[in-house]
Amino acid sequence: MADLTNDFLGVKSPNPFWLASAPPTDKEYNVRRAFEAGWGGVVWKTLGAEGPPVVNVNGPRYGAIYGADRRLLGLNNIELITDRSLETNLEEMARVKSDYPDHALIASIMVPCEEEAWAAILPRVAETGADGIELNFGCPHGMSERGMGAAVGQVPEYIEMVTRWCKKHYDRPVIVKLTPNITDIRKPATAARNGGADAVSLINTINSITSVNLDSFAPEPTIDGKGTHGGYCGPAVKPIAMSMVSEIARDPETHGLPISGIGGITTWRDAAEFMTLGCGTVQVCTAAMTYGFKIVEEMKRGLSEWMDDKGFASTSDFVGKAIPNVTDWQYLNLNYVTKARIDQDACIKCGRCYAACEDTSHQAISMSPDRVFEVEDDECVACNLCVDVCPVEECITMERLPTGSVDPRTGKRIETDYANWTTHPNNPLAPAAE
Amino acid sequence: MTSQLTPGIVPGRLGPEEIGKNFSDLHAPLDRHEATVAADRCYFCHEAPCVTACPTEIDIPLFIRQIATGMPEAAAKTIFEQNILGGMCARVCPTETLCEEACVREAAEGKPVEIGRLQRHATDSLMSRQGHPFHRAAETGKRVAVVGAGPAGLACAHRLAMKGHTVTIYEARSKPGGLNEYGIAAYKATDAFAAREVDWLLGIGGITIEYDRPLGADLDLETLRTDFDAVFLGMGLGGVNALDAPGNDRDGVADAVDFIAELRQSENLTKLPVGRHVVVIGGGMTAVDAAVQSKLLGAEQVTLAYRRGPDKMPASQYERDLATSKGVRILTHVMPKAMHGNGSVAEIELEYTQEIDGSLQGTGETFRLPADQVFRAIGQSLVSGLGLDMAGSKIATSDNGRTSLDKVWAGGDCTPGEDLTVVAVSEGRDAAEDIHAALTGA
Repeated sequence: MADLTNDFLGVKSPNPFWLASAPPTDKEYNVRRAFEAGWGGVVWKTLGAEGPPVVNVNGPRYGAIYGADRRLLGLNNIELITDRSLETNLEEMARVKSDYPDHALIASIMVPCEEEAWAAILPRVAETGADGIELNFGCPHGMSERGMGAAVGQVPEYIEMVTRWCKKHYDRPVIVKLTPNITDIRKPATAARNGGADAVSLINTINSITSVNLDSFAPEPTIDGKGTHGGYCGPAVKPIAMSMVSEIARDPETHGLPISGIGGITTWRDAAEFMTLGCGTVQVCTAAMTYGFKIVEEMKRGLSEWMDDKGFASTSDFVGKAIPNVTDWQYLNLNYVTKARIDQDACIKCGRCYAACEDTSHQAISMSPDRVFEVEDDECVACNLCVDVCPVEECITMERLPTGSVDPRTGKRIETDYANWTTHPNNPLAPAAE
Repeated sequence: MTSQLTPGIVPGRLGPEEIGKNFSDLHAPLDRHEATVAADRCYFCHEAPCVTACPTEIDIPLFIRQIATGMPEAAAKTIFEQNILGGMCARVCPTETLCEEACVREAAEGKPVEIGRLQRHATDSLMSRQGHPFHRAAETGKRVAVVGAGPAGLACAHRLAMKGHTVTIYEARSKPGGLNEYGIAAYKATDAFAAREVDWLLGIGGITIEYDRPLGADLDLETLRTDFDAVFLGMGLGGVNALDAPGNDRDGVADAVDFIAELRQSENLTKLPVGRHVVVIGGGMTAVDAAVQSKLLGAEQVTLAYRRGPDKMPASQYERDLATSKGVRILTHVMPKAMHGNGSVAEIELEYTQEIDGSLQGTGETFRLPADQVFRAIGQSLVSGLGLDMAGSKIATSDNGRTSLDKVWAGGDCTPGEDLTVVAVSEGRDAAEDIHAALTGA
């Protein structure tokens, strides 16, 4: 069994699976149970400044998007930061940390964009023994209207400034949580690094309206006939999150900056994928909110099994392993030619590949009267849509044409050499041939 | 006190509670949640095999998607556009040999999408509403006679009425529905569904039914041809194939179709007599329906005796499994040799058979089973061809049900093809379209 113990910024945890700052980590009761259930760490639900806590709506806070069989694919929420007093949270954090010294406990914080506010809260957080802090610059609803959360996260200069304050007033790791509600994620990440952040975590939730009630004509969740955008999370956001993580991981400005990955992580596989893109730890919320704390058990066992299969002794063996393979489109090998192949024995003859290809792609699949579907290599551009819509895994695969053979679509011989767009004759910017 | 062990043909073998349970819905309707879960399994196949397998070509992926998106009533309209008896078909279709057999998830997982039950969910949703979902076109002034208020006749009449024609249905019996009312097993169409469905169907308007008017002495085809602009023949198979075995005329030997009709019309099944030892001769749906219902009425032992092998049995595997699950014993490769008894039948003598070069022969070895009731279910036939050209024992038709006689169409069990409700509906519907085209020059 592979060793899952994790070291992120010097913060040790029994495994890389942390619960993200969110409702599951709002209080001692939940966090103790989460640790007992096997979670490696938690980022405590975001603390606000001293004084009367924020209030939440008293109607529904969540909305959802479903896949087949009402499987929850996306969740959005309009909940704010903790609505319990700072004192209560700090006391609970200290108790939990002292009882679980080997587990990671990070305090998420969101206070007004003034140095004195940060200077006031940070020493009190430090007293709890928390392993580090996470700056909530991501919350896209409610708090952003008050100049906090995403309102800070969308202005790189503010990020840098606040991060600097935190490094000044706090001596443990500072993680900056980024909002995805921005055009170029590298800019806030660079700002965080410039401010001295030890790591970034991403993504926070995405602005979203999950549904509109067609009787009341109001967005859901609906509060007395009105709705507002919430923060979107869950499996649906994973691809967006991974892309943003990879941008930070491979940009020269931010390369090497530790990352805690967040966004739709539901299974060990999701976690492993984020980690190969450079995440030293991953944070989970929606999956726990959907299935309960027990899902971490599957994540731990799955990751361990996979690591054993791959011969990885520790998580550091594969963190970042996929980064070198994330590149720009222009560097993709144009001499790599594949064709779709349909396993006729596995085919159940639903015809979805045919409909997809015929109606919306390259008319490269034929259909016989007895429903045999075959790829026409002279039309197939290897787009992969048939693979994606086929309900049977591995029924349709993409097979590379061997070197020296001829692509029936282009009539060109398959070359061994790597050749990309930068040198392609159709590229007006390509260097002229010798 | 009567029990299952009481000899002879007697009523009340089971109490009202057990009878009620035995004859309740074979499959409970899917509730909304169940329907959503079931609908989610549909892959929305391209030119879906299930549609091809449906004689009425209902757009199954579309209606299932409509259920999945919360529109069961719109789904029902998709169904009814193709098959106005979609409610009954959802209950009685042998889906296991039609749409569900063709379902790609049958190929993938051996577990098809539950198309029949989803269809019932949709059609029940719409039929429980007040009113009728279709509108009648403006009156054309054309009049069409339909013979038989069974599935073929009803489907034809509805389509014609929708097109604005005026339809008179001549029905031999005193109730409409044909085999939906008098045939098929009771547990497949509970709560008088057949009658309610006809009432609902007639909501289109423009259709009159004249009961107790069989073709015959006071109603002949020639008169209909003269009095109407077109005639559609949708009669059932009124004749029952004879069983050629000594003792066939003993008391206790009867036709399965009559037993089933009596059962379907019975107000109180605890008053319906049934034998202690029942033997049903045959291997089709009628045989299974008679056997299963005998068992459900409380017969102690019910045997279904079929002369060929199980692979030749017209009843589907599903039907046979249903029968055996209810306690019916199925014997194959046996044929009736004689019915013995002193007055009433007491025993049936069966002979083993074998097929030699495709012909069925007795082996000479016989055995006897106790039998105080024997049902013949060896097929039905058309009573009269009415002088029309025949294809075998049925009325010959060309495309869209045209017969050899001008102005006369036919469909359903009286014409060639499988004797299924859904086939009858498709033939009645298609004939109606053709009649409409002929009458309007469209």
